[in-house]
Amino acid sequence: MKYIDEYRDGALARRVAAAIAAEVEPRRDYRLMEFCGGHTHAISRYGLLDLLPPNIRMIHGPGCPVCVLPIGRVDSAIELAREQGVILCTYADTLRVPASDGLSLIKAKAQGADVRMVYSADDALRIAQDNPGCEVVFFAIGFETTTPMTAAIIKQAAALDLPNFSVFCNHVLTPAAMVHIMESEGDPDAVALDGFVGPAHVSTVIGYGPYEGFAVHYRKPVVISGFEPLDVMQSVLMLVRQINAGRAVVENQFTRAVTREGNRRAQFMVAEVFELRAAFDWRGLGEVPQSALQIKPEFATFDAEKRYGIAYRQVPDPKACECAAILRGHKHPADCKVFGTVCTPDHPIGACMVSSEGACAAHYTYGRFKVLPATEDAGVKA
Amino acid sequence: MTSYSRPIDFKHGQVDLTHGSGGRAMAQLIHELFVRHFDNDYLRTQNDGACFPLPAGAGRMVMATDSHVVSPLFFPGGDIGCLSVHGTVNDVAMAGGKPLYLAASFILEEGFPLADLKRIVISMAAAAKEAGVPIVTGDTKVVERGKGDGVFITTTGVGIVPPGIELGPDRIRPGDVILVSGTLGDHGVAIMSQRENLSFETVIESDTAALHTLTAAMLDAVPTIRTLRDPTRGGLAAVLNEFASASGCGMLVHEKTIPIRPGVTAACELLGLDPLYVANEGKLVAICPAEDAERLLAAMRAHPHGANAAIIGAAIEDANGFVQMETVFGGRRMVDWLTGEQLPRIC
Repeated sequence: MKYIDEYRDGALARRVAAAIAAEVEPRRDYRLMEFCGGHTHAISRYGLLDLLPPNIRMIHGPGCPVCVLPIGRVDSAIELAREQGVILCTYADTLRVPASDGLSLIKAKAQGADVRMVYSADDALRIAQDNPGCEVVFFAIGFETTTPMTAAIIKQAAALDLPNFSVFCNHVLTPAAMVHIMESEGDPDAVALDGFVGPAHVSTVIGYGPYEGFAVHYRKPVVISGFEPLDVMQSVLMLVRQINAGRAVVENQFTRAVTREGNRRAQFMVAEVFELRAAFDWRGLGEVPQSALQIKPEFATFDAEKRYGIAYRQVPDPKACECAAILRGHKHPADCKVFGTVCTPDHPIGACMVSSEGACAAHYTYGRFKVLPATEDAGVKA
Repeated sequence: MTSYSRPIDFKHGQVDLTHGSGGRAMAQLIHELFVRHFDNDYLRTQNDGACFPLPAGAGRMVMATDSHVVSPLFFPGGDIGCLSVHGTVNDVAMAGGKPLYLAASFILEEGFPLADLKRIVISMAAAAKEAGVPIVTGDTKVVERGKGDGVFITTTGVGIVPPGIELGPDRIRPGDVILVSGTLGDHGVAIMSQRENLSFETVIESDTAALHTLTAAMLDAVPTIRTLRDPTRGGLAAVLNEFASASGCGMLVHEKTIPIRPGVTAACELLGLDPLYVANEGKLVAICPAEDAERLLAAMRAHPHGANAAIIGAAIEDANGFVQMETVFGGRRMVDWLTGEQLPRIC
């Protein structure tokens, strides 16, 4: 398929791999965090680690929207659907995020709550228009990638004066999370990092400008990278070169989609509808100041938190679950005691096991054959 | 003298509860619709069951059943009617059987348009005729409005497995070769593109087809085939995992050899689906000893339903019984069972 196959070209990948192997300094480690779940997915799905030298360590970051959603917020969404009787619309992966009391939105749906999976925010608005007798709430989650669409439907709802529609906003901000990870470096639990594979789709919206201060301040190179496997390989090479040269700047590998300024129209629309939230409780990272958005008072009619008086309650993660350490890159999924035993993609205990972009689910689905006791691989050629 | 009865209005009429009550209306529906279109001696006897002789010298009998609840009922490339014939014919064929007869059971929802029912029955009749497998007995029930979803069809098939043919995944050995009969994911994408909440258009048609003549040709050419299976729900990934767990072997496939239409790849990219997990209704996966693989491939490609057949990998020694894939990119990863529904990624 055109414009896809080019970025998955195995022969080209081997050439980039050879360049990486030639340029790494064998005596040092390169600890690179890929911030986004999209990168985690690409790395696992295409078996990228097989092409990288062993002293390059890819550390999965917190950039998976459903993984960082705290239990308390999912609980509130379930309450909305069950007790307020609203039609609750959300993106698919959100349905399976474990909440309190063994519940999830998909289980609430099975018990009779009206929970609907939508492919775009727009679909939620349409459901509200088609069901004038029902209250419809869009459970909005995601990083800067999905925020403009939520802003757009809130503006549309305002223009239509739609009385039965509101948004439960849980949009979070990437740069704030990256800063938080670096700020916790003194923490004995934190992992030392040498560089970041920077967000792809997020950066199409916010541009690569916002990371420049970060790279300079923390002396860490950032390479904005596309989500295709060849993008990730090239970005790793660019990071290796910066680290070897002792440089720490923002470089843009994803030039076909990302500019320094990003998408101004989208940014403008987001600024019109949303404002900074004082603090947001991230699963794994805890409370992070100014790391999320809330709906501006001008659009309060469409703010489900105000309409239904939702008060956030912090709910601790299950004790055995290591999601918090995994999301900060401190632990590998296989280090978690419940990984692959009690916690599997069919019965996730922690959120990292839910989405295919979650570090645990990606490792379970695509990579776990590598850490189990080695078995004889006859390597039969077909 | 036979009394006059008004013909059923197949243009504007709807299914009502009398069509399943055992009274005159039900008898009329059976005669004017099912017997008329499925038309064969067994049905015409109007017995509750069909009695048929066993072919002389037959090996063993095989029986398979399949319920069909597809939504939407009509989709590019087919409908629930032909699908319900193909599904069961294929289940019999995958056991190495020659399908002989089908039974069809209908659960109709009150209010279902008779025009749609007629369209479905005509499609079933055509599929059965084309496959050469008559529908010899059946049943009709009607449930109240809201208790069904238009129409559900269960079909059951019987067939004979010729002497000497013995198929099963437990017979797979390390070194055996894995083949598929054609492009993967066509049916699932055709259905997805029709779902009401997905305003996505594609010209991909379902691959729904009866595969028993293909399997017969394959078994003729290579009687040593270890096992056959049609990758329906859960796609190729599910079949390979079933094979692995039944045989205790691992499976290693090569991504670049797996045939997938560009349109299916594109649709899957957009929807966040993996074509390896998408359903097929006219494809099969075969495993045979390595030395017979080329001969089997040639036999498959000589048949219209196997024109795009390909060798995609091999069974390997692996105590964990994992399915692995050499990616187009050169790395290796697992192909695990499908988790839950096939959910799209969100960013």
